[in-house]
Amino acid sequence: MAFYDGLFRVLGLEDWCGGGDSAAPLSMADLLSQNSGEDSGGPIFPFPSLDNLSESCSGISQTRDLTKGIEDSFLAAKPALKTVLDPITQPLSWMLDGALWLFASIPWWIMIPLLVFISWKASRSVAVTIFVAFSILLLAFVDHYDVAMQTLSIIFVCTGISILLGVPIGIAMSKSNRLQKAIVPVLDLLQTLPTFVYLIPLIFLFSVTESKLYGIAIILYAIVPVIRLTDLGIRLVDKDVIEAANAFGMNSNQKLVKVELPLALPNIMAGVNQTIMMSLAMVVIASLVSAPGLGVNVLRGIRNLELGVGIVAGIGIVLLAVILDRVSKAALSRVDMTHKTH
Amino acid sequence: MTDQPKVRLRGLYKIFGPRDKEMMTHVTAGMGKPELLEKHKHVLGLQDINVDMQAGEITVVMGLSGSGKSTLIRHLNRLIEPTAGEILVDGEDVMKLNAVDLRQRRQKKMSMVFQKFALLPHRTVLENAAMALEVQGVDKAEREKEGMKWLARVGLEGYENHYPAQLSGGMQQRVGIARALTSNSDIMLMDEAFSALDPLIRTDMQNLLLELQTELHKTIIFITHDLDEALKLADHLVILKDGAVVQQGEPQGILLNPADPYIEDFVSDINRARVLRVRSVMQPLDAGQSFAGDVQLNDNLESLIAVSGGDTSKTYRVMEDGEAVGQLDMRDLVKALVPRVSSSEAK
Repeated sequence: MAFYDGLFRVLGLEDWCGGGDSAAPLSMADLLSQNSGEDSGGPIFPFPSLDNLSESCSGISQTRDLTKGIEDSFLAAKPALKTVLDPITQPLSWMLDGALWLFASIPWWIMIPLLVFISWKASRSVAVTIFVAFSILLLAFVDHYDVAMQTLSIIFVCTGISILLGVPIGIAMSKSNRLQKAIVPVLDLLQTLPTFVYLIPLIFLFSVTESKLYGIAIILYAIVPVIRLTDLGIRLVDKDVIEAANAFGMNSNQKLVKVELPLALPNIMAGVNQTIMMSLAMVVIASLVSAPGLGVNVLRGIRNLELGVGIVAGIGIVLLAVILDRVSKAALSRVDMTHKTH
Repeated sequence: MTDQPKVRLRGLYKIFGPRDKEMMTHVTAGMGKPELLEKHKHVLGLQDINVDMQAGEITVVMGLSGSGKSTLIRHLNRLIEPTAGEILVDGEDVMKLNAVDLRQRRQKKMSMVFQKFALLPHRTVLENAAMALEVQGVDKAEREKEGMKWLARVGLEGYENHYPAQLSGGMQQRVGIARALTSNSDIMLMDEAFSALDPLIRTDMQNLLLELQTELHKTIIFITHDLDEALKLADHLVILKDGAVVQQGEPQGILLNPADPYIEDFVSDINRARVLRVRSVMQPLDAGQSFAGDVQLNDNLESLIAVSGGDTSKTYRVMEDGEAVGQLDMRDLVKALVPRVSSSEAK
């Protein structure tokens, strides 16, 4: 005898419900109370949730049917999604595999000087360059060079693609208030969705052995700041300067290339810095779906309770994070400099 | 002065708000600015502006903040679209131009100088000065040559490779002027170009502008809220109040014959001796008169007072290019110095 029996009787819906007898499978709560051998009777006035209503009326489905429904519809849509997404995302797999191969096949005595040189070029700061050299040598010294390079190669590819996609999306958003209204909730969703939840639909869609699986997860997660800050940066460009550009007869392309993008560059660079940091955060979690790199060692530390392995890999990630952050920040402040008094 | 004005505004109206066209019926029916705002939540920016701006002259549009002067100047290159009316430049209606022709017009025909300079902070002074030509697609060597030339002309030689942020306000505005001159347009729009500068620099810049003007004879439309500045620069003065033209004409004429109390209030505070010139107060030449000396047609009264030593009994002969064109009685001069009683004092 369930609480809401009376309600359906009053409403005259008994026939539609198919009699009081619930044909639906037992809910977990029922099963537990059955097993414990006593009928708890439940609360005096249960919330009219799907499960509680379905006890009185089998015509109403249970919550588990809802989740099952979501799953089924996703599975039904999967072949169509796959035929569309597979070819589009295939280049991502190639790029990731290519980058992994490239970073692995360049010998360390070329790779390390090259990375140090790049950090010098980007930051023009002696302190940062020395720190980069020191960190990479330290990682190599404790035999984490290969995994660190794997992580780095994944970050390079994913950040690159994030910028390539994110900046144009940001520009489009800054030009259209309607588009901005439409995209902002999506960005909020991507930013707040627990990172593991990203992986679930991706695992359904793609095989775990494909690199694009983690590539997509990282890009979806990391692309948000660069879009947001490109949009913000362009919207913040001084209205007077835009007016001057108009008054001298610039068309919208000239305005974008000669005025808006250069003036928004500090903001865009801040977005790129955040994107790099977030892809590093995600590449660790993505090791759950076979992303190689330092994350694998962290995972091993957790699974096998190998404290030392986990901590060394963790510190390696911290070092990479600091390297990437300092280099991109130094590059950012160099961009800022040209805008301010020297 | 040519027969056809360079720029001609005919019945120009601007109403701010989402349904501005509908509001036109109310405005033409005589609804005023406060009423329109209260009843329909639309702001009447400009009403029935009719101004002719002659080629080679400086037309100064003066008004207090909120009088619509910045709105007015932005109509000339259609940075703001009018609600009704015609804007004729060289006899051609700017309103009928399509987007491409309008850009063409902005590039070649009208340049603009801004109150807040609006230079590109990430570009050097030279790149800023050459911007107008860059937009027109002139090649680098050519446009830098032009840029250098005009930067030198406004006194910024040697600063070509600095960034705008490294320069003082006055120097930045010189870059702004050089940028406008480099575009080689015959119309220059100056939106409160000197208002952000301190008084001494402002005087310098006004002199620079007048000096350039004697040489270049551009059609300059200058916006200001400063009457002294307006009187100093203007060949033709337009006074705006609440979006309508209260009086326009030759500045000396406005000063001597203000059309309404608003303008009387305006002109009562200024140093008339410095602004008024001999030509505005002189009388026709009277034969047989003896003169205490000669003065020039464009001398201001201040200099004449200094010459006469304050003696009001003297009469001077007025000369232009070595020819006597009139005479000036010092008593007339003194009368001209006293403003008509302003509205506030009359009450």
